[in-house]
Amino acid sequence: MSASVLFDAPGPKARVRNVIYSVVGSLALLALVAWVFLRLSDKGQFDGALWDIFNYAGIRENILDALLSTLKVFALAGVFSLVFAVLLCVARLSDHKPVRWVAVVFIDLFRSIPLLITIFALWVGILGHMTSMWALVLGLTIYNGCVQAEILRAGVNSVPKGQAEAAYALGLRKTQVTASILFPQAVRAMLPSIISQLVVTLKDTSLGFMILYPELLYSARLIGNNTPVNGVYPLVQTVIVFGAIYIALCLALAALANWIERRGRRAKVGIQPAKAEPPVEVTKV
Amino acid sequence: MNVLLDNLALFREGFLGTLSLTAVSAVLALVLGLVIAGFRVSPVPPLRIFGTLWVTVLRNTPLTLLFLVAFFVVPKVLFPGINSFVLAVCACGFYTSAFIAEAIRSGINTVPMGQAEAARAIGMSFTQTMRIVVLPQATRAVVPPLSSLLIALTKNTAIAGAFDNVDLFNIQKTLSNDGYDIAMIFVWITIGYLIITYAINGLFRLLENRLEVAR
Amino acid sequence: MKFHKTAASAAVILALAATAACGGKSGSAGDKPKDQTDEKALPTYEVAKKVDVDSPVLKRAQKRGKLVIGAKADQPYLGFQDQSNKKYSGFDIEIAKMVAADLGFSPKQIQWKTVDSGARETAVGKGDVDLMIGTYTINDERKKQIDFAGPYFHAGASLLVRKDEKELKGPETVKGKKVCSIVGSTPLQVIKQPKYGAKVTELSKYSECVSQVLDGQVDAVTTDDAILMGYAAQNKGKLKVVGKPFSDEPYGVGLKKGDKELQKAVADALKAHQDNGDYKKAYDATLGLSGSKFKQPPEITEK
Repeated sequence: MSASVLFDAPGPKARVRNVIYSVVGSLALLALVAWVFLRLSDKGQFDGALWDIFNYAGIRENILDALLSTLKVFALAGVFSLVFAVLLCVARLSDHKPVRWVAVVFIDLFRSIPLLITIFALWVGILGHMTSMWALVLGLTIYNGCVQAEILRAGVNSVPKGQAEAAYALGLRKTQVTASILFPQAVRAMLPSIISQLVVTLKDTSLGFMILYPELLYSARLIGNNTPVNGVYPLVQTVIVFGAIYIALCLALAALANWIERRGRRAKVGIQPAKAEPPVEVTKV
Repeated sequence: MNVLLDNLALFREGFLGTLSLTAVSAVLALVLGLVIAGFRVSPVPPLRIFGTLWVTVLRNTPLTLLFLVAFFVVPKVLFPGINSFVLAVCACGFYTSAFIAEAIRSGINTVPMGQAEAARAIGMSFTQTMRIVVLPQATRAVVPPLSSLLIALTKNTAIAGAFDNVDLFNIQKTLSNDGYDIAMIFVWITIGYLIITYAINGLFRLLENRLEVAR
Repeated sequence: MKFHKTAASAAVILALAATAACGGKSGSAGDKPKDQTDEKALPTYEVAKKVDVDSPVLKRAQKRGKLVIGAKADQPYLGFQDQSNKKYSGFDIEIAKMVAADLGFSPKQIQWKTVDSGARETAVGKGDVDLMIGTYTINDERKKQIDFAGPYFHAGASLLVRKDEKELKGPETVKGKKVCSIVGSTPLQVIKQPKYGAKVTELSKYSECVSQVLDGQVDAVTTDDAILMGYAAQNKGKLKVVGKPFSDEPYGVGLKKGDKELQKAVADALKAHQDNGDYKKAYDATLGLSGSKFKQPPEITEK
């Protein structure tokens, strides 16, 4: 249902009213923005010297290093979580009851534990010695693997039953049916959701600051706390700069999800890809 | 020595801390989410733009960064001397509100178009259409995602514990300083979280069933 | 959708411009940290050759050619990392260099690792760092998990408040006041007791406590006077240290439990540099600049 159904094409009276609402709404928003800006400038946060720190090569390299560390963990965790998700999903759909139950319990458990706690417990050494990078990667892998497994399962279930039945009728074995009939279609149908979950993975790399992994947020905190300019800590500035970087990264990934969704919709064959909304049923936000 | 029995008071404090932070920010997120979802489908362009911006920015920022803003920027610039619980509630609540707004919006999209058209046809205004016809039906579609969003919120409150807020995650730091076995501490804390998340899950199952009957 | 795409590409370009396009001004950003260390007055330490200590930790360090030392990054005059060039400076850093030199590692062969207060035992116990030198108080709780060499310095807990603060004068006046410190720090445990009755805020970095006190979120920061003097000197005219020290905090070098040979070697190194005057020179060139008065180095008891 599109929003336009909710209200009529405005007549003259409604148009006037809408203009009034628009003006009042805009004014209220502008007032809010202006107030924040005034407060910021009151506190001298627009002082050029505070922003100037980002003009230094050293600080830029620092940010670049942090960005690369973030991306490295994201890449590793992204790949591992997808591989892990496939394994979990296969176990979840297994014909053997014990295997199925183990998968169900595992997925349920790790989706209910805060990721921060998983990562922290891994780093402290519940499973033996682990550097902060691998603790972060493993924690993200376990948690996101569970979520991605559920997404995949939803995808497999969305493949019409007749497909698998036809394949069995042709004499394919279960492995063959899963690998060549169900999964390719499931992945295609769920790709937007999978990518949305990858956005979540990317955002969650920021939990690395808790275990001293030098990612973006960690570097943001150190720059904000260690580079006072004329006795003022540039916290506002670093938050804005690093916030922009995170939003850019996430939007780029989200744009990819949208593009894939639209491409998929153009194709006439096969099942329709799900909408690129985040898979709210299964996503940790 | 048993970690739980020795430190029952501390665990209780942490559990209640997590519970209260979850409850208060859930209420804030639900109210804000509803308002923002309304903005996003409203006929007034500035409100629509504001709604879109709100959702885009908050959904694409790590919650950890929001906590940095809440604890180190807001007091510095806007409200000096503000209570840290309020700040934690705002960070968690604002963040979750963006997701709830999206869930409600997709819920609205599941209501058949004819319903709204019929409502319009008998002369209901935008607010009436929303309040009497669309939202009650959308509720049914919104309940399942809401339950997972609130569970996610519960888990996210752990990040507040990493800053300054007494909750289950926070007491872990105190306990491990006292030299207890770290594995046992985590087991008990995990159980604390499981209690809350499963309670939310059960509550929403009940709600779902009731709404199912009402259909 | 169009909006999404445009916003995304615009933001990506912004991010790339901010980071990938390196270059820009050289030198260090912000207030010059040179006031924190008098580079010229810093002593140089002679690097020992052919060090033979029967320590597994040291053997591994020799094999990798680098000694990994855990340090603080946000404590001016003690352990501070300039974010523009990632260089560390401060009194703890000098102590680390002395010890490393006697263990056969030049400053270039030291690999620094920033470790926050709450993570120190974990980092040492797991072997993430070979030595931990960062305002590390020797106490019995910690001795259960790791070993110390030292002490090399005695600090005492004190209070850091805003310049215009009138009521807070020492630990006996904190009742009902909001006091910030880091998780698990000893002064915080003291001040929490009903006798003092402060409301406490626990964060993970002292520097964050300092910004909270500047913003008026808390009334005071409590920790060792040496650390607080550093912050007060960094924020001249805004913050001051009040009250007499109300605890004794002997700083030691943290190392893996049970490595007696390494413990002895580190203790010997500390002693040797105290005796040959390096200790005082290093102090005067770093911590001394913050206004902390020089005290005779303490007797080394953990060895």
